[in-house]
Amino acid sequence: MATKSLTARNNDLSQTDKQLEILSNGIFKDGELPYFKDKIAETQQFPLKPKKLEILQINVGYMCNQVCSHCHVDAGPDRKEIMTRETMLQCLDVIRVTGAHTLDLTGGAPEMNPDFRWFVEEAAKAGIKDFIVRSNLTIIRANKKYHDLPEFFKKHKIHVISSMPYYKREKTDKQRGDGVFDKSIKALQMLNDVGYAQEGTGLKLDLVYNPSGAYLPSNQEEMERDFKLALKEDFDIDFGNLFAITNLPISRFLEYLIASDNYEDYMYALVEAYNPAAVAGVMCTNTISISWDGWLYDCDFNQMLNLKVASKIQHIKEYNEAILQKRDIIISQHCYGCTAGAGSSCQGTVA
Amino acid sequence: MSKTYYDPADLRKFGKIAEWNEELGSKFFEYYGKVFEEGALSEREKSLIALAVSHVVQCPYCIDAYTKDGLQRGIAKEEMMEAVHVGAAIKSGATLVHGVQMMNKYDKLSM
Repeated sequence: MATKSLTARNNDLSQTDKQLEILSNGIFKDGELPYFKDKIAETQQFPLKPKKLEILQINVGYMCNQVCSHCHVDAGPDRKEIMTRETMLQCLDVIRVTGAHTLDLTGGAPEMNPDFRWFVEEAAKAGIKDFIVRSNLTIIRANKKYHDLPEFFKKHKIHVISSMPYYKREKTDKQRGDGVFDKSIKALQMLNDVGYAQEGTGLKLDLVYNPSGAYLPSNQEEMERDFKLALKEDFDIDFGNLFAITNLPISRFLEYLIASDNYEDYMYALVEAYNPAAVAGVMCTNTISISWDGWLYDCDFNQMLNLKVASKIQHIKEYNEAILQKRDIIISQHCYGCTAGAGSSCQGTVA
Repeated sequence: MSKTYYDPADLRKFGKIAEWNEELGSKFFEYYGKVFEEGALSEREKSLIALAVSHVVQCPYCIDAYTKDGLQRGIAKEEMMEAVHVGAAIKSGATLVHGVQMMNKYDKLSM
């Protein structure tokens, strides 16, 4: 597991143009594998266009208490990019006028933004119906000041979506760091204790599974069944759904693929598993992603590749949904990650 | 031409065998796909059988393929190694059971 972000290590891959170059050269430039653009054109799905906007996904900062080896954000304790209250105020202006019904807060560890709780409270007042917080779980146990997060989540009926790569210690710790499994288990029990995933409370707790290596996730329902049985039996933990998410070949996961000599095989596997039916449901068609500094992207992955929306509106301060909805979605070869097999999105499979 | 008999990159070219005999190649792949579908045995069980057989027939391509398949299915490494031992046990058993033939022959030839 990495201990520092690519950025802190001055790794070449911290430059997004370097990543995009890798994703467009080699096996794609040689014609061994088709470009994503050509692949979706086969079924007349190019250019990819937005559908009804449903989700505003706001990345409130890249700071995180963990340095997971597969992180597409390159998050970590050494990342200082944090959304300011000024940008949050601009987000609130958007929340008041948007047609989106869901606010999806992500990071880094979104809870580490010092204005996180203030922002949630203000967004609730601004009329957001569905709140999602993508919590890494361990943050709840990281420091006393976070111990009451389950109560805070409950108060605002926040839908908690948590990363949990496996129901066994070994794989979880290998991907996310020593001790992460035990802390995650404790945090899940705390969430259950305040009522999450308990009948009649309406408090939603879902888990995210992503493979701990250079392979694709298997059947989401089967995985969910295995996770449910194991977590209940071993730790008396309940949760709602399991979302199986494919690791996209960018940032630290790309670094891992290249270093372990798995990059080409992984890209082959993604292209081989390409499912044209999954294209219609990819999350960039119903989401707008907002970065810590207010720029607009088609999705969190494009944000990490610094591919801003292809629209004359590119920043939250000039937000105009009607204009934005006319844009073409920016794609590259990393998009194969969202269309492999049953597809992959922040809400799990799509096809 | 590769200077080694096995090249890991050849695995992903497996489908190309149909290019030189379309009819038999596609019949094979159709059969292969059907075999691994869920039936009286689950896909998971079939994956573990395939892994064990891959070792017995010592096919490096198959070992790569079914180790990865097992990982994707969430099959634990303990399960995978047990499957390999099942294959190994049958293979060593097959060797050793011929020991009876040796004993028979020995006895027959001895006064």
